[in-house]
Formats: sequence, C-alpha cells, structure tokens
Amino acid sequence: MPYAIEVEGLTKTYGQDQRKVKPVVAVDQISFQVWEGEIFGFLGPNGAGKTTTMRMLTGLSRPTAGRANILGFDLIHEVSRIKKRIGVVPERSNLYDELTAYGNLEFAMQLYGVPRAEWRPRAEELLERFRLSEKRDISFAKLSRGMKRALTIAAALAHHPPLVFLDEPTTGLDVMNARSLRKMIAGLRDGGVTVFLTTHYLEEAERLCNRVAIIVNGKIVALDTVDGLKKTAHNTNIVEITFESESGGVETRRFEDRDVAKSVQTGLAQANGRRVLAVNTLRPTLEDVFVKLTGLSREVMLAEKAGKEPGNAGG
Amino acid sequence: MLVDDLRCMFYIGLKDLRAYYFKPPNISWGIILPFAFVLAFAIRNPGDLRGLVPGLLALTLLFGTSSMEAIVIVFERRIGSLERLLLAPVRLPALLAGKLLGGMVFGLTVTLVVLVIMFSIFGAGGVNWLLLCLALLLSATAFSSLGAFVSVAVREVFEAQTLANFIRFPMMFLGGVFIPVETLPQGLQILARALPLTYTVESLRFALSGRSLGDAALDLVVLVGFAVVLFALAVHIMARRLE
Repeated sequence: MPYAIEVEGLTKTYGQDQRKVKPVVAVDQISFQVWEGEIFGFLGPNGAGKTTTMRMLTGLSRPTAGRANILGFDLIHEVSRIKKRIGVVPERSNLYDELTAYGNLEFAMQLYGVPRAEWRPRAEELLERFRLSEKRDISFAKLSRGMKRALTIAAALAHHPPLVFLDEPTTGLDVMNARSLRKMIAGLRDGGVTVFLTTHYLEEAERLCNRVAIIVNGKIVALDTVDGLKKTAHNTNIVEITFESESGGVETRRFEDRDVAKSVQTGLAQANGRRVLAVNTLRPTLEDVFVKLTGLSREVMLAEKAGKEPGNAGG
Repeated sequence: MLVDDLRCMFYIGLKDLRAYYFKPPNISWGIILPFAFVLAFAIRNPGDLRGLVPGLLALTLLFGTSSMEAIVIVFERRIGSLERLLLAPVRLPALLAGKLLGGMVFGLTVTLVVLVIMFSIFGAGGVNWLLLCLALLLSATAFSSLGAFVSVAVREVFEAQTLANFIRFPMMFLGGVFIPVETLPQGLQILARALPLTYTVESLRFALSGRSLGDAALDLVVLVGFAVVLFALAVHIMARRLE
C-alpha cells in the first residue's frame, strides 16, 4: 500500500536566528509514514509538538530540517501542489461569520479551483451529508458550535481532497455532536480518504485510528496499531474479582499475571469461602499505554485543555 | 501556479467585498466623512469650491480604500480565518494582492459616486479622462497597499485603527487637500512630498483641469513607487510573522 505521508527527520526549532532567545526545539527529528486510506492518530500532551508537526505538514510553517513527502510531492519544493490536494480542519472552527453556510462552502471551492458547474451540487451534497441543509442560508456566526465544526469539516472536503488533517476535531463538543462527528470521520476512511488526526481524547483515537503515534517533547516515543501498542505496554493480564465482604458489603480486588487462569486461581484462593459475585478480565486501554509512555494521566491531559469539557469521551 | 494565484486573488477580493466592504455603514461612512471635512473647510473659507474637488476625491479614495483594508487582515488573523487563506494553494503576494483588490474596488466605487455628484454640480468639461483613470487607479493601489502594510504591522484591530489614523490625518492636512502644498512652509513642503496623498491630489488636479499625461508623469511614477514599496514591505512583514 503506498504512503500518503512520508516524514523523515522532520525538525522545527524556534528562535534559532534570535540572539537573545534560547532556541526551542518543538519537533525533534521525527520520522513516520501514513498509509493511504488509514486514520492515523497523532497523540501527545499539550506542547508535545502535535500542532507544530501538523502546521509543517500543511505548509503553514517551514521545517528547520528534515524532509517530508505528501501525496508524492516534496513538502519544501512543491508546497502549492500539496495544498491543492489536502483538506485541513484546524482546532478552531474558522470559517467566515459573515458568509452563510452555503457561501462558505462556495468560497472554499473557489479557492481550490473546483469547476463552477460543481459548486452548487457539491455544496448541496456536503450540506446534506453533514445535516446542514436546513441551515444553508444561515450565516456561520449563527450556527451552534457542533454545526460550525461540521461545516468546517465540510469546507475542508469541498475540493475532494484525498488526505485530510483534523486537529482536535471533537474538542469542546457535547456527547451527541462528538459521536456524530466521529461517525463522519470514520465515514471519510470508508470513502477512501486518508485522515491525519490529532486528539487529546484517547478513547477517540482508540475507536477511530488504524495506527497511532505518540509524541512527547517533540519526539515520537511509540508508533503502532492500537492493539500493538497495548501489547507492547502490557504483557500481563488483569483479572478483577468482586467478593461479598465479611461485613455483607462488596469488595473488588485485581490480580495480574501473564496467565489468566493463574490470576483467577490466585484470586479465588483469597476468597476464603466468601461468595464470588463477579470475575472480569480487564484488557489494557490506550490510556494505560499513554500513561506508561508519557507519565501523564488522562485527567492531567484533559486538565491541560482548560475549560474544555471531557464529557464527550464516551461517545 | 500563476492560474491558482490569480484565481485566489480574485475570489479573496470578492469575498472581502461581500463579507466586509459593501455594508451600508461602510458606504455611508466612506462618502460622508470626506464630504464633512471638505464642507467644514468650505464654510470656513468660502471661495473656489471647484478647487476643492481634487482634494475631496483624493480623501474619499484614501478613506475608502484604507479604512477597512487596515483592519481586515489583522481581524482575520485574530479570529483565525486568515489561516484558511494561508492553507489555500496561493502564494503570499497573491493572497495580499487579493486583500488589496477588495480595498481598491470599494475605494474606487465610493469615489466614483462622489465623482458623479461633483460632475453633476460643476460639469465634466475639459477633463483628461485617461489621466483621471490612471490617477485614481494608481492612488487606489498605493492607499490599499498602505492599508495592508498597517494591517500586517500590528497585532490588534484597535492598533490598526490608531496607526492608520496616525498616518492618514496628518496626510489629510499636508497633502494639498485643503491648502496647496506650494503655500506651506518649506519644511512642511518637504514632508508633504513624502506623502502619497500629495501626488494623488496633484495628479487629479491636472486631470480635472485637462492637463496632459506628461505633466502628471512624475506624480504617477511616485504613486507606483509608493504602491510597490508598501506592498513589498507588507509581504515581507507577513512572511516573517509566519515563520
């Protein structure tokens, strides 16, 4: 399968040419590949280098060193060709308040050279796909947050890009809107579009991504399928046993071993004749992997996004 | 690549005109403000009213092109929508040229309205039309470039408004709109020669009095110079900001 993105030794250093400021290495010689047609997750805590990487790959910021090839074009020398073939959804829904939903889509198509005859049918199709047909003539400013997000994604798809960059697409959305957007993102992959996704929500990455890279302090510390990462991080099995306690209440304890049967045996041996209410085997989550690799917990990650509701995690 | 640049330039200008410029408050403000200044001057110094027409046209063009132009870029940068344009397949000079186009079209439109009103009052006999068109077009480019330069040089909308007024208001009084530059003290005359509005007023005066293109050649060349230098500075500053 060919690569949609190939990155080799990509580096971004800020303040390199300023005498008074100490240079800061935001992205430090990262290398990875994204296959065509996959959803590639790019995870990491705030300041890890996610957005800087995305800004470089979308032509908004020039790399200090390294090279990247996107859809077969060199990032340094053919950035205009790349820009024409990618769609980008930034973290902030940044369409034009003064234009209607339809007007924003039309302007996106005008910028990317979509033939005039396609403007109306394509805009109508996108509005319908993102359930915004009724809001066609409403200005962007008057749409709800979820609708603004959906329209921003629709605008990024207006010119049929084979590769889409999504920066924190569901941040700040309520459970229903986040769930709906995730379905749309999964639908993109089903339609053959490659998706490069940065997110703070580990459950989101776990549900959507074919492969995930974890970046910490500008370096990629892990890259694999979600299952592969889980296997790497946890080679033991956890068994959770719930007993009836001596006082008549409930007590839950965890037992960990490479062999599930051994964990169960150990747990049951500790029951001491008490009634066993439940035996569960726990699979490691991506969150466990993340905590192990970054030293951060999910709560810390969400706290970094001050004021942004983690309520969509279950969507 | 050039086709992409030209297409984006056109649609960026068109979008700005639709989204920001052609709103009732802008149109009325763009026409009323220069009229108010000139009327105030005419009431205080009644006399050759026809002699104030070049200044009125120049002021209308200056405020029409630069008022919104000075705000648009910094405003879009603040709300994040400028990033959409930076992500599009367009090079930075073409992106800024698109922004210039919006200011120019709006400025020329309101100036045209004032021009029609003036011609209906004073008549349009003996006008050098080619020179008039060139003077208006080159002045609109220079003022729009000035607006773009102001907009990329600051970080906040209020700073853009302050800086734009800091440049425009002295220019209004020194640029020959109300008082001929030749009658100013020597020091102020030198200062006036460093302002684009002086050359606009002068070239419009030549055009409306039917003088030849050659008479205004220096004014037109200087206006081109202002446009090129201010536009190049705007592109340079913005490119550095993006790094």
